[in-house]
Amino acid sequence: MANVPEDLHYSKDHEWVRVEGDQAVIGITDYAQNSLGDVVYVELPKSGEEFATNESFGSVESVKAVSEVFTPVSGAVVTINDSLADEPEKVNSDPYGEGWMIRVRMANPGEVDSLLTAAEYEDFTKAETE
Amino acid sequence: MVDFGGWDMPVQYPAGTIEEHLRTRTHSGLFDVSHMGEIEVRGSDAILFVNRITSNDVTKLVDGQAQYSALTTPFGTVIDDLLVYRFSSHHLLLVVNAGTTEKDWDWINSHRANETVDLTNVSSDYCQLALQGPEALGILQKLTDLPLAEMKYYHFSPGTVDGVASIVSRTGYTGEDGFEVYAPAARAEQLWNQILDAGNAGSNTGVLPCGLAARNTLRLEAGLALYGHEIDETTTLLEANLGWICKLDKGDFVGRQQLVQQKEEGVRSKLVGFEVTERGIARDGQDVVINDRKAGRVTSGSPAPYLKKNIGFAYVPAEFASAGQEIKIDVRGRLVSAQVVKTPFYKRHR
Repeated sequence: MANVPEDLHYSKDHEWVRVEGDQAVIGITDYAQNSLGDVVYVELPKSGEEFATNESFGSVESVKAVSEVFTPVSGAVVTINDSLADEPEKVNSDPYGEGWMIRVRMANPGEVDSLLTAAEYEDFTKAETE
Repeated sequence: MVDFGGWDMPVQYPAGTIEEHLRTRTHSGLFDVSHMGEIEVRGSDAILFVNRITSNDVTKLVDGQAQYSALTTPFGTVIDDLLVYRFSSHHLLLVVNAGTTEKDWDWINSHRANETVDLTNVSSDYCQLALQGPEALGILQKLTDLPLAEMKYYHFSPGTVDGVASIVSRTGYTGEDGFEVYAPAARAEQLWNQILDAGNAGSNTGVLPCGLAARNTLRLEAGLALYGHEIDETTTLLEANLGWICKLDKGDFVGRQQLVQQKEEGVRSKLVGFEVTERGIARDGQDVVINDRKAGRVTSGSPAPYLKKNIGFAYVPAEFASAGQEIKIDVRGRLVSAQVVKTPFYKRHR
């Protein structure tokens, strides 16, 4: 079973959000990395770039396919995880830790409330695999 | 699982594409390729007939030998690529791609003239397992009395594998030494499990079951064309660098005239291999840009797990097809530098 930490918020596009004050750390879920397979390339935006909700902020590539990643919340990028350039496999090995992708300053922190809880996301992925 | 020409096929097994790919290069990998189509040609004109509809020279085959060839259109383009197996002068077996089996079957039947041949689509009778890699021979030898070390590349022999009447062929689609085993479909599971057992599956150096994704990256590194990508009904064999299977002097065959003419005039568009020289992965269907103009398209693009490079095939104008030529690939709006290189990208040590 895919790991779904309790303290995070989730999108239906399989991103997770960790709220830290007015900032949000974003990555892809264990379920997502597992469906993608070996991640070999991660393309991220530059610091300062602004994104609306559910806008594509980059892409994750496995051997077989390219998947876009979307911002579950709107805001401006504060930092990105540069280490993924050389070690994209961190997205597979530690999707909620060292495999994080971007940190944004949220334009509207209330948006987090419309995301899925851990329990809701778990039900959502179960429905998707059935 | 994905739908592949009507077959439910695993893209990858739990080990993942990269591990499957590397294990095949260093030890061995097992592929279920039962989806491939098989068409039997029997009769006194079997060779005459197949020689007339395919580009390679069937008359060069001896009993127990196979050849890579193509079913060609009158334009010299490709209906399908295939293997032609010669059992005897009256009996050939054509092994074709899954997605094109029905099309091939109709094509072959519609091109019958006065030849005395019986055609049978035996695709659903056979399973096909491909055991590939440097350790393939040792593993398969545990299950058969056939002297595998004596079998030459692109030769085959009927025999038993784990007691199952099979055809064992020293062929493959990975760039490694290896074998393809054709057996009754009902025995597929038995053979699959027995080969995994014989290959010590589950250990770090044992045989690994491999899915479609690894099959694709292995063939790409080995510089082998995939139907629907490098070759199709819009590309001629000469454009696809498959001149070596066009035996223009063998006598008439479908498309010969066009191929002779194209050979004299020279091809305008040519298939090349390329390596991406900066960060980025080229993918199928992306544009090739040369001198700021769209000049071609990527037919296959992927990371190459063994070479640890990002590689691909593309069609480019012939004047830009020499090794060393700098090109750009339009990777979702970003122009990424690449260089034309010689293929195969990977060649095994013999």
